[in-house]
Amino acid sequence: MIVAVELGLIYAIMALGVYLTFRILNFPDLTVDGSFTTGAAVASIMIINGAPPVLSTLAAFAAGLVAGWITGLLHTKGKINGLLAGILTMIALYSINLRIMGKANLPLLREDTLITPLRDAGLLGTVAAIAVFGLLALAVKFVLDWFLHTDLGLAMQATGDNEEMIRSFGVSTDRMKILGLALSNGLVALCGALIAQYQGFADIGMGIGLILAGLASVIIGQAIFGSRVIIVASLAVVLGSALYRVVIQLALQAGLNPNDMKLISAVLVVIALVLPQWKLFKRVGGLSNMKKALSATGARS
Amino acid sequence: MLDITNVNKTFFAGTVNERAALREINLSLAAGEFVTVIGSNGAGKSTILNITSGKLRPDTGTVTIDGTDVTKLADHQRARYIGRVFQDPMAGTSPDMTIEQNMAIAYERGKGRGLRPGVTGKKRGFFQEELKSLELGLENRLKAKVGLLSGGQRQALSLLMATFSSPKILLLDEHTAALDPQRADLVSRLTAEVVERHRLTTLMVTHNMEQALRLGTRLIMMHEGRIILDLDQQQKQKTTVADLLHEFEKIKGGALDDRTMLQ
Ligand SMILES: Nc1ncnc2c1ncn2[C@@H]1O[C@H](COP(=O)(O)OP(=O)(O)OP(=O)(O)O)[C@@H](O)[C@H]1O
Ligand SMILES: [Mg+2]
Repeated sequence: MIVAVELGLIYAIMALGVYLTFRILNFPDLTVDGSFTTGAAVASIMIINGAPPVLSTLAAFAAGLVAGWITGLLHTKGKINGLLAGILTMIALYSINLRIMGKANLPLLREDTLITPLRDAGLLGTVAAIAVFGLLALAVKFVLDWFLHTDLGLAMQATGDNEEMIRSFGVSTDRMKILGLALSNGLVALCGALIAQYQGFADIGMGIGLILAGLASVIIGQAIFGSRVIIVASLAVVLGSALYRVVIQLALQAGLNPNDMKLISAVLVVIALVLPQWKLFKRVGGLSNMKKALSATGARS
Repeated sequence: MLDITNVNKTFFAGTVNERAALREINLSLAAGEFVTVIGSNGAGKSTILNITSGKLRPDTGTVTIDGTDVTKLADHQRARYIGRVFQDPMAGTSPDMTIEQNMAIAYERGKGRGLRPGVTGKKRGFFQEELKSLELGLENRLKAKVGLLSGGQRQALSLLMATFSSPKILLLDEHTAALDPQRADLVSRLTAEVVERHRLTTLMVTHNMEQALRLGTRLIMMHEGRIILDLDQQQKQKTTVADLLHEFEKIKGGALDDRTMLQ
């Protein structure tokens, strides 16, 4: 169970990226499945070739920025529907990720990574590791909170809320969307780099269906812990991510097959979207907001 | 201050749905002039405002603000010159954000936005002072989400946000039309005050002829994409609602005459 929480806290960085696009920008970004693997691929190949793990992880973040930036360009300058723009980048990234990795799987077991010190000290799977990963996730959360309350961040929030209004105050909504998508995918790729180092390999398929894990974390977290103000909402995302991994772990222990996990994630998200339509659950604000975000963007774009 | 020169705008040109919204419009506003715009539905009032704000591009002609030709600038690039209040009270504010955050966004109108905190103690004090002028008690609700405010409160806030950074031009498109009479009165009174206070060059569209005569320093009437009546302050003071209604009748009569002549 501790391992599940550890994983959940690392994945929280990805979930915060998903939160930035889905909830703040109101943009259903599917680039995530590709950019996560891009982050893992970039960091792994660099580490294998002797680059310092910190530098390799930062390079992964930069690669994610570029991936999101491209989706943003396709959507704003290319006027391509948002969902489709994300899918295009995601699929193109599959080939690019293979090019970066050179083969479908890159083992990192004998390399020095960011996780090595924890592993050597025997701290993985202990409360100490949870504290380390928890602090890391909270650090990312606080940076995101801070950013969203700057002049630039307020403009980004308003872009997701009322485009006409924010344009009337001199903000290019195109630029805000591109920036938001870039930052979001930067976080997702950063998370991919950390997961590769944590599990000791990068795999070409490791990002498949990840967007659902991100969405489920955001939905579960905000339904349970609330979303009234941003500092609460982003904390809810971090906790939601940990909770999501715990639920998956429990499902596995109950005898479900690991191959069923994607189906379970999908069902979880569907339930979260459908439940708020029933009167009984209407008061669960987080859920109905999420529903609004998802269905509204789907219909608009 | 604002010069609209030889502007034409036709929607769906060359199709069966072709619709000339503006024909050869020439309109100049001196600094501080407050023009009310009336006219029947589809006369082109909103289109003039949209051409000025950059939401629409004219087919021909130019738009100049304070000597700068802005015809080719997108709406967000012109925003530093222009404050806008929309007809829909929901349109001018960001509902999921707080009052102070909305005001912080407006405060930075047209400036480069960086990584400085959006709301600071100093700005908050200034926002509170500004909100007091609305006399709606909003100065005590800085952290309330704007989505929780009533339509009238939101429209008053929109007006404040559109004006407190002193834009060169203020555009108001039926901004009191969606409010109940009492709220409409309030927002219309606030409009007069704020335009006076900042000496704003203003274009205000309204269907309320009494309001069009009472507010402003000049009145224009539009019909089928043309300006057909232009009254300066003196003429406007002598004009009554009945006179304006008479003008409307004349237009309709004219249209009838045309038709009878064709037959
Ligand atoms: N975006 C648009 N696309 C197509 N036609 C438009 C568009 N905007 C306006 N029109 C047409 O241009 C003409 C002028 O419209 P406009 O909105 O300027 O009228 P208005 O004077 O503001 O009328 P109202 O009093 O009803 O608001 C109308 O015939 C309208 O149908
Ligand atoms: Mg109109």
